[in-house]
Amino acid sequence: MNDDKGVMVLAEQREGEVHPVSYELLGKGREIADRLGVPLSSVLLGNQMQAEVRELVYYGADKVFWYDHPIFKDLDLLNYKHNIVKLVREVKPEIFLLGATHWGRSLGPRIAVALDTGLTADCTGLEIDEDGGLIQIRPAFSGNVLAQIKTRTRPQMATVRYKVMPSMRRDVNRKGEIIRKDAELLPSLLTIVHKERLGEVNITEADVIVSGGWGLKKAGDFCLLADLAELLGATVGSSRPPVDSGWIGREHQVGFSGNTVKPRIYVACGISGSPQHLAGMRQSDVIIAINSDPSAPIFRVADYGVIGDLYEVVPKLIERIKMKRGSS
Amino acid sequence: MKIVVPIKQVPNMSQVKFETDKGIVDRSSADAEINPFDLYALEAAVQIRDKLGGTVTVISMGPRRAVSALRDALARGADSAVLLEDQKFAGADTLATSYTLACAIKKRGEFVLIICGEKTVDGDTGQVGPELAEHLNIPHVAYVSKLAEVGEKLVVVCDMEGESYTVESGFPVLITVTKDINTPRLPTFRDKANARKAAIEVWGAEELAAIADRRRFGVRGSPTRVHKVMIPSEEGRKGKVFRNTVDEAIGEVADAILNLL
Repeated sequence: MNDDKGVMVLAEQREGEVHPVSYELLGKGREIADRLGVPLSSVLLGNQMQAEVRELVYYGADKVFWYDHPIFKDLDLLNYKHNIVKLVREVKPEIFLLGATHWGRSLGPRIAVALDTGLTADCTGLEIDEDGGLIQIRPAFSGNVLAQIKTRTRPQMATVRYKVMPSMRRDVNRKGEIIRKDAELLPSLLTIVHKERLGEVNITEADVIVSGGWGLKKAGDFCLLADLAELLGATVGSSRPPVDSGWIGREHQVGFSGNTVKPRIYVACGISGSPQHLAGMRQSDVIIAINSDPSAPIFRVADYGVIGDLYEVVPKLIERIKMKRGSS
Repeated sequence: MKIVVPIKQVPNMSQVKFETDKGIVDRSSADAEINPFDLYALEAAVQIRDKLGGTVTVISMGPRRAVSALRDALARGADSAVLLEDQKFAGADTLATSYTLACAIKKRGEFVLIICGEKTVDGDTGQVGPELAEHLNIPHVAYVSKLAEVGEKLVVVCDMEGESYTVESGFPVLITVTKDINTPRLPTFRDKANARKAAIEVWGAEELAAIADRRRFGVRGSPTRVHKVMIPSEEGRKGKVFRNTVDEAIGEVADAILNLL
């Protein structure tokens, strides 16, 4: 049917730093490429990133296509798209993966249309079917279902959720080819005139999260959760209602309308566990739920659940942790 | 300023029934409504029109009942509405959907700004907006949380993983907006009454035939296909729930946490 071969992965970078999802894509990409018996390549568009390009080989790429040009210091949508599309037409991979970051989810669709191919968003699973096709698994309906999708065109494109796929072990003895490509430049049409970090919080990276929901009686009560968070080195999170009420900033919001998180520990205090909230945190390693309502859906996904009043449980938990720490 | 707002009618997600055993999604169990994220796009468009003049056209690809979503949009400030209805459009994935919308927008004529919601609550892809921009060969900015300037040029702020970018663009351009951008207005009783009387254009594949490749509509034009839908199970969760023994619970939970840290 077609002679497209190989798996290609976009290595996303900002300000000269490669986003960790890129290594996860290489890890999964390696697994898929080995299964299919095809090469794995990566494409990086970034200025003067010699060291980073080598890292992509250490993390699994057989080939790295590198567009080294100052224009790629910025996230230049049209130039990214144009050069990636040109490369894909040249190399003809059967699978092309990007991270499901905001950038990936904005850029990917344009590449897909330019290549007239299918794109599946925000995959949490990728498998190879008996016919060698890619099964793309992703949540849909606000996280209520998992859909399995297949693509009849090539390349099969997917954006892949961060912190889901495993990276390979870094191996400095891995050999790979680094190919410098000349960028073909178009007018950017969009200019980034300013950039700033939105506050301190980046909840998507948090390792431990203590989250509050409608069980909290007033905005100030987030302090109680902040106390527990501080003790655990955690970030404070929230379900949607407190954010909509202005009790806490949207950067703390976890859920379908907020952030998707994958911490090692997620402590849900006074959160009922609506599907929309679960969509953002059900992949947490360990979920601890505290709620006075025994029928709260959150208990169905909890590893540990405490049916009780969070105003009683959280202070006691803080005390107990301090005590155990003190005595060890 | 001629603004187009694509909208989608979706099931009310809090009402949809998911049958875990059969792995079925029962859309009919829910009321239909405008995709909540599209309300923010519509509000942004209407605010720009109120300030600078122009028109807001809402356009939707869907079955006949999507007319009610278009009427709702008219009640919330849109000036005109177009329904793309045809069996040939059905079963479309994002590529076919964005292609069909692009054809309709080209047919509708001149526009300078397209505003889309960030994503839909049933498809969750967030792809149609950027794909539409590519079909129309115009730039786009996604995840716009603020409109800083609309006039000679467009200046927006978009948020990407905790980083805020201020981006300048000329026209025409497409933006997708997040819920941070505004608070959508509620239609008044009179707005709804007026909307009920409004004429809504309905176009099928025939109306777009002159400018479209019909093989790109609907199922035929959809390279991706859903093979299976599963309701995720929570296997692997310990599920240790303490009911009456708060102190014992706290001890165990504290131990668990400390072991993990």
